[in-house]
Amino acid sequence: MLNRKTLHLWLLGAASFLAFGYAELHSMSVEASADQPETARTMPVTRESPTNAVEGQALYARRCGACHSLDANRIGPRHRGVVGREAGSLPDYDYSDALRRATFIWDAEILDRWLTNPEATAPGQKMGFRLSNADERAQIVAFLEANSETTSAIE
Amino acid sequence: MTNKTLIEGPAPSRRALLTNGGKAALSVSAILALSGASGALTRAFADHGDAAQDVAILNVALALEHEAIGAYQLGAESGFLSKDVLGVAVEFQSHHKAHRDALAGAIRSMGGEAVDTKTLSDYAKALNAGSLKSQKDVLMLAARLELGAANAYLGVIPSFESRDLAQISARLAADETMHWTALTSVLGGSLPKDALTFGA
Repeated sequence: MLNRKTLHLWLLGAASFLAFGYAELHSMSVEASADQPETARTMPVTRESPTNAVEGQALYARRCGACHSLDANRIGPRHRGVVGREAGSLPDYDYSDALRRATFIWDAEILDRWLTNPEATAPGQKMGFRLSNADERAQIVAFLEANSETTSAIE
Repeated sequence: MTNKTLIEGPAPSRRALLTNGGKAALSVSAILALSGASGALTRAFADHGDAAQDVAILNVALALEHEAIGAYQLGAESGFLSKDVLGVAVEFQSHHKAHRDALAGAIRSMGGEAVDTKTLSDYAKALNAGSLKSQKDVLMLAARLELGAANAYLGVIPSFESRDLAQISARLAADETMHWTALTSVLGGSLPKDALTFGA
């Protein structure tokens, strides 16, 4: 349990930090908010962008970016090209048995179901993350769709 | 796979950090220590019964923590961080190490096999560390990962069979949010204008 002195010191420290920050670092030129992650600034939506896909780009970084990237396998598999791809089919990613055995093709509808409740979509898979907000799911799915078509096909 | 201490060498003294504006990170760290967070994590995990799905979720969380530790290590070794910022990075990395240890212990206590860390070069490749050219780049990467981690921990809460694990996930999310908030402030970024922007 925190005593009052400890709490007071923490609040004082936090207030000082937020008010003044690190003097050295605050002197740096910041071109973009930290709230707009690198992926959002450097990975443009690759087809004529529907609003959902643009908004989905930032949301993707926020909601999915802890584990996923478009072009690198991290905690989860890479996502570029996921729409239209058979589930569990990337040769260089270690899927759960559930997804390895799955035979469905990722599309917008399945992705929406997956993001709503992945375990209900493919029991035994390993992603626990759920996104209950339907608008956010739609934006993220739109972003994934936009990054699943070849450049030549969309330009 | 080795489990070496990832950031080598002594951290800057707390006095030095306090005199240079590192008050928030240190104070939050002290609060964590006072509250006995690590012990509570271990007990909550140990009290939990079976449930392979919970183990699977914990292992994803563990992989996330491994990557976070690696990311801070890459930042520390980049040569871009000033002494004071390096101290904060060490502090935040130590939180992720505590998360890692608690998660790994919990997984094992539940009969699972804890996922191992990858090599630093694996993380460097996955996180495109070669693109980091400045202290700001490093901090923005850290902020991005912390923001994602906060959302991830909130997003897995409904999937836990165990309410204890759900609560622990919320506590982990709070740690990541604290890191993101501090990093965002350091970068001069804006905090969210709206409420309830984390999780959805």
